[in-house]
Amino acid sequence: MTSDSLLRAFTLLLKRDLTLAIRHRAEMINPLLFFVLVTSLFPLGIGADPKLLQAVGPGVIWVAALLAALLSLEGIFRSDFEDGTLEQFLLSSHPVSVLVLAKVLAHWLITGLPLLVISPLLGVLLGLPGDAIMILLVTLALGTPVLSLIGAVGVALTVGLRKGGMILSLLVLPLYIPLLIFAANAVDTAAAGLPVTAHLSLISALLVLSLSLSPLATAAALRISLS
Amino acid sequence: MTQSKNNTRLEAHGLECIRDDRTLFSDLSFRLERGQALVLEGRNGSGKTSLLRILCGIRLPDAGRINWCGEEINRLGADYHEHTAYVGHRDGIKLDLTPLENLAMARALGKPNDTTLEEALEKVDLYGFEDVLTRNLSAGQQRRLALARLLVTDTVLWILDEPFTSLDVHGIQVIEELLDQHTSRGGMLAVTSHHAVNLASTTIQRINLSELAA
Repeated sequence: MTSDSLLRAFTLLLKRDLTLAIRHRAEMINPLLFFVLVTSLFPLGIGADPKLLQAVGPGVIWVAALLAALLSLEGIFRSDFEDGTLEQFLLSSHPVSVLVLAKVLAHWLITGLPLLVISPLLGVLLGLPGDAIMILLVTLALGTPVLSLIGAVGVALTVGLRKGGMILSLLVLPLYIPLLIFAANAVDTAAAGLPVTAHLSLISALLVLSLSLSPLATAAALRISLS
Repeated sequence: MTQSKNNTRLEAHGLECIRDDRTLFSDLSFRLERGQALVLEGRNGSGKTSLLRILCGIRLPDAGRINWCGEEINRLGADYHEHTAYVGHRDGIKLDLTPLENLAMARALGKPNDTTLEEALEKVDLYGFEDVLTRNLSAGQQRRLALARLLVTDTVLWILDEPFTSLDVHGIQVIEELLDQHTSRGGMLAVTSHHAVNLASTTIQRINLSELAA
């Protein structure tokens, strides 16, 4: 297979998943709505003390983003598994890991990118200073693809199970913890006016690591799930 | 491909399939060459679908091996899948895409041939439905769309699980003609069907899995 036809398969699959998402708008908005609701409920729940909100803000936004991603993960492979198109990907003449990457990219564009776009607004809502909001954006930009990439491995492993949702959370959440710690801490540190290069380097490293390993692991997991 | 045309063959040696501690079949061997069809028969649950999935390479046999042109299929991987097309028990099409979009994806996943997507739809009598959401087609039309996937890529071995499900008499005739054309052009078929498979110009090998069961 030439790389030309592989590229075509990649872009067509990406386009296919985006088209499907647009035809199911309601499902697409669900994680975003969850993200906004959870974050905006916090000031109501713990009181509108600016100092307190500033202190918990980065953690709240990141936890909400993480749970929103978890909520949407199942969608990466579930419907493809049910209608048999997933089998067709495994039987294609292209490397499955590249096709997986197209699907994960689509998932990120559908669920991760909207979170990123709306997050400065939520930062303002929680009274974060301008520098911290900048860093929040950077950590989300680097971190939400990691959520999709790691999540894909978990979904691929559980997609064949009838009630895989619970196991999926147990499987994936521990792997999200390092990202959560570094990202929320980076925003905190930025709010205190300290440099965050180290945090950002670590998150970038997580991104590079998951970008290079997750498609291979996901492809292998799909083979196991479908056999 | 460098393989010479008459050398292409699929050989199974001593296949065994165990499901939930039940041996579905064991020591099953056969050989399929260009222009031939393999028809699997047997009662429900006798392992026809499992055998087809093993032939695809989705499932691993519990014993034995399958060779494509002398090489084991699991070692060939994508080099084997390039020559095969599978229409399973599930259609493998997206209900929220149009037939054209579905076929475009199917073509991109394999090695495209000269047939245009419209021609493929016309061959399965779906011309005029290309821009309707697949969800709004009838079950038989969806099945024909699934089978149209076979026509848009350049493959030798077609693996079909109950291709005639939900098709009417006319639909069955149309598909049988396509299958017959495929084998007469040097293609191979592996089919399960409850319906009698009538292929005029094809050598048919029949394997009854119920009789083989231990």
